[in-house]
Amino acid sequence: MTVELTEVAGTGSGTPSRGSGRFDAIVVGAGHNGLVAAAYLARAGLDVVVLESSPEIGGATRSEEAFPGFRFSVFSYLVSLLRPEVIHELDLVRHGLFLVPTASTLNPLPGGDCLFREADPQRTYRHVARHSRRDAEALFEYKLEMRRMGHLMYRLQRAAPDELAAAIGDRVAESAERLDVEVSAEVADIARYFLDLPAAQLRSFVQMLTMSSADFLGQWFESDVLKAALSSSSIIGSMLSPRTPGSAYVLLHHYMGEIDGIYREWGFQKGGTGAVAATIARAAQSHGAEIRTQSPVARVLARDGRAAGVVLANGDEVRAGVVMSSAAPQISLGRLLDPEDVPGGAGAGLVERAARWQSGGCAGKVNLAISGLPRFECMPEPGPHLSGGITIAPGLDYVDRAYDDAKYGGFSERPFIDMIIPSVLDPDMAPPGKHVLSCFVQYAPYELAAGPWDDARREAFGDAVVRVLAEYAPGIEDQILHRQVLVPPDIEAIAGIPGGNIFHGELRLSQLFLLRPDPAAAAFRTPLPGYYLCGSSTQFGGGISGGPARLAALRALDDLRTAATAAGGAAEMP
Amino acid sequence: MRRRAPQGTQAVQRALALLRSFTPETPEHRLSKLAAAHGLHPSTAHRLLGVLEAEGLIGRSPDSQAYRWLPRPAGAGAGPSIHHNGLRPLEPLRTPFHRRTAALCESNAWRDWSGYACVETYEPTPEREYWAVRNAAGLIDVSPLFKYEITGADAERLLDRLMTRDFSKSRTGRVMYTSWCNEEGHLLQDGNVQRLAGERFLVSAAEPCLRWFEDCGWSMDVEVRDVSEEVGVLALQGPRSRAVAEAATTGVDFGAMRYFDLATGEVGSGTGGAPVTVSRTGYTGDLGYEFWVAAEHAEALWDALVEAGQDHGLLPAGLLALDMVRVEAGLVLIDVDYVSASHAEIEVLKVTPAEAGLAFTVKLDKQADFVGRRALELERDRGPAWAMVGLEVDWFELERLWSEIDLRPQVVGQPASREPTPVFAPGGWQVGQCTTRFFSPLLKKYIGLATVHADAAALGTELDVEVAVGYGRRRARAQVVRRPFFNPLRKTMVDPMPGVDG
Ligand SMILES: Cc1cc2nc3c(=O)[nH]c(=O)nc-3n(C[C@H](O)[C@H](O)[C@H](O)COP(=O)(O)OP(=O)(O)OC[C@H]3O[C@@H](n4cnc5c(N)ncnc54)[C@H](O)[C@@H]3O)c2cc1C
Repeated sequence: MTVELTEVAGTGSGTPSRGSGRFDAIVVGAGHNGLVAAAYLARAGLDVVVLESSPEIGGATRSEEAFPGFRFSVFSYLVSLLRPEVIHELDLVRHGLFLVPTASTLNPLPGGDCLFREADPQRTYRHVARHSRRDAEALFEYKLEMRRMGHLMYRLQRAAPDELAAAIGDRVAESAERLDVEVSAEVADIARYFLDLPAAQLRSFVQMLTMSSADFLGQWFESDVLKAALSSSSIIGSMLSPRTPGSAYVLLHHYMGEIDGIYREWGFQKGGTGAVAATIARAAQSHGAEIRTQSPVARVLARDGRAAGVVLANGDEVRAGVVMSSAAPQISLGRLLDPEDVPGGAGAGLVERAARWQSGGCAGKVNLAISGLPRFECMPEPGPHLSGGITIAPGLDYVDRAYDDAKYGGFSERPFIDMIIPSVLDPDMAPPGKHVLSCFVQYAPYELAAGPWDDARREAFGDAVVRVLAEYAPGIEDQILHRQVLVPPDIEAIAGIPGGNIFHGELRLSQLFLLRPDPAAAAFRTPLPGYYLCGSSTQFGGGISGGPARLAALRALDDLRTAATAAGGAAEMP
Repeated sequence: MRRRAPQGTQAVQRALALLRSFTPETPEHRLSKLAAAHGLHPSTAHRLLGVLEAEGLIGRSPDSQAYRWLPRPAGAGAGPSIHHNGLRPLEPLRTPFHRRTAALCESNAWRDWSGYACVETYEPTPEREYWAVRNAAGLIDVSPLFKYEITGADAERLLDRLMTRDFSKSRTGRVMYTSWCNEEGHLLQDGNVQRLAGERFLVSAAEPCLRWFEDCGWSMDVEVRDVSEEVGVLALQGPRSRAVAEAATTGVDFGAMRYFDLATGEVGSGTGGAPVTVSRTGYTGDLGYEFWVAAEHAEALWDALVEAGQDHGLLPAGLLALDMVRVEAGLVLIDVDYVSASHAEIEVLKVTPAEAGLAFTVKLDKQADFVGRRALELERDRGPAWAMVGLEVDWFELERLWSEIDLRPQVVGQPASREPTPVFAPGGWQVGQCTTRFFSPLLKKYIGLATVHADAAALGTELDVEVAVGYGRRRARAQVVRRPFFNPLRKTMVDPMPGVDG
């Protein structure tokens, strides 16, 4: 089963003017978050339109048949952060969600050695014990602690940060009146859970917010090989080395993912992650939402101090009382919003701060079509290791040096590579016997010191990746049939993410919780009533999660209900 | 002129020809016939077959009278590979006895134990192996245990700090069964500690604990060495085990060995055999010994015990049989009957030694401070919240339940179940869970280990346990009874003689 994107894309596309008109809600951007927001709003009975600038839906989750018979999951490649509540409330399994688990991680090492971690803890113990028995044992404890931390994040991410802050403030101040916020029982419960954490867990949490992942992992492990392997999740998508303070938080971000209640599981969506977007689009459409591609939004319309709709790039107006943007803050706050429209003169600061948002890309994607399975020197025969993650991160120094290249404005000559072989997980991804290889590569800065990312530099980057792969899987260079090399400016151009940062903005304490993406717009609401944010730059952060969009949509629906009640009738709201 | 094949090549050709006569269709051959069929002198055939057997290419029939075909090991070039072939890191580990156990494992029923391939049952069902342990002797490969050698001037001090037992009282030549806890007094593991010499101990544990031991010994003059892979362990258990052990070894005075004694000797009947350490310990609640041997001498030990056992009804026994007898012995199993505090994700899953039925291993009157002491002292004053109890459902209750669906009780012949089921106050609320249970054909009762609220733990207390009756689930009335369920005199008797039981 290959999910056809065209099934859902292009509703009314090509004729944007036809669709202007009035809706209850407009969602800007048909990335997976925009689609989740649309599905929730439509499910509540609103008349919803999604406006997407590009001809395809999916944003950073798109998949395409880049070469005949070869499907690439162009950017994102694995699913774990997708919220179970989104899966179940939107009935995504019925609409096509199909996650194949990736059960293992292989770290090839120089000289034909490797570190292999499997689902079975006993076996993983044995593999790690070859490098350090102490570490093999400590890995149990580490995973236990990280599961606890993941669970903590799960609790924290179930509510908007402002509510949570209020609830915690409420508990600390022991005085509800002093805070002008009503706190639901659920949120109070989360706050209590957080405040009642055992000291040891609170310590771990603070460490994760502040430490470098290398130092954090160093508290458990002595083996450089294992530390490097585990630190991989701490740099994904971030212009950080495992030795940069703050990288431990990125690690935590990747541990809050789950599949069916099991933290830290990753799955491959059949058809590629584009099929996730297609699935959500189908769910949204089943509730009546309309999706229009090739409809770039130029501006948010305001009337009487409230959002009133949008103006498209071609000048068409689309009206709605609720406008929700899934784009990055440079667009949502910096470009779409006219500072003049924001009540109370709060607009100028917003625009200024949006410009300072840190979202320089650091990762590239090299997608390969190959004539046969790669033969890793450490495990040359086909086997279950090929259906898991394969990471080239043979040591902390290696990754740190790769980072150094980027720090000085180059791409990594010997890059960090996080790889999967989608066609092993899903035979529909490539012709029989042939394969596709998805390489997520760091570091590739948005701007190169040497000059623009032209084709020559892009290919040189691709060559560096193949060179490193060939060190661990000799002969792979001769197996390559097609190659697609994408760097941050490509992510910006194709997925519409300014700077090409995969999370719509670095995951650092300075850009998290009440500061994400802006202190005045941290809880999905912006200072312009009726205008909401719902993309990866809000609470939850990036990744294929649907989490921010769900909370944003629920908040908008809450606001509509409150307004309807205030107006003396529930007629407005279903 | 064709040159004659050189000597070495000829041997290879002959060996291959011999190997080819073993097929699934013609699996067994006796030495004399095979030698005749290949025109070989029996001693040459014996030598060549010995090599093939040692390489794991052929095995022996259960009665050892004939050689036997073995399924080809993965990667031997049979058919296209689906996976695993050639992936050395993925293959299950093999204990030092693997070639022997594999040759006898007719059922091909293997189970993973700490990454090792272990025989679940040698025959298709575990009955004979179970009865061998209770009626004659069973030989069980328990090598996957983690083994740590602790040496140095502070070795005793470290153990006294780690363990809840009083190691200032430990003596060379004795084994101590003990618990160890974390700082909160929560049980990490239970295991045996051998005192091999004044400054040398061997700890056996179900799960890895090198890091814990090393960290607790920080600043001490002590070395902890993981010898798990260097030492093979065989448990010889059952009423005939003394006779078998005596015939298979030299230099051990089995008549003088008391329960939990340790001795050293040599494998085989003459002198010059491989050194072996013998402990009078086991996990069966029966008379029995465990043999600790360097991996390179493992097969010699196995062969000596099997040969000596031939006249005593010895059978190799797999893990299913072991699991049955250990329940009769009332012995708890980590991660089945209790969750180690190092694995418990939430607090309520953690237990203290007393709550796991191991109060007798906690010596609060000992001199040394040990990890968890303060918490366990508080528990002593307060009383444990939970208790590990033995539960027994009698025959008439089983008859009553099964008669509801017009059947006789269908309980025999099933291995011990490890799926926890609820335990209720009679007709009332859940008061705990039953973690292991099975119908003991020896005792003719349905028995189980359960963790229940401390106030439901007194001997004679009536409780309801959930049992499967056909497709339905019924509550059976059970009684809290003394553990062990089965405790023969021979287990602990000095100078045990065949035929003596409890
Ligand atoms: C190379 C790469 C690899 C990744 N790998 C993974 C992974 O393996 N697992 C994972 O969970 N996450 C991964 N991510 C991150 C994840 O894909 C993104 O965080 C997530 O998909 C973002 O979703 P979104 O809906 O918030 O935003 P986007 O997907 O960026 O969608 C925003 C949409 O808005 C549209 N838009 C922008 N401006 C306008 C406008 N003015 N008018 C109309 N439309 C507009 C854009 O065209 C885009 O379609 C990866 C990202 C990248 C780039």
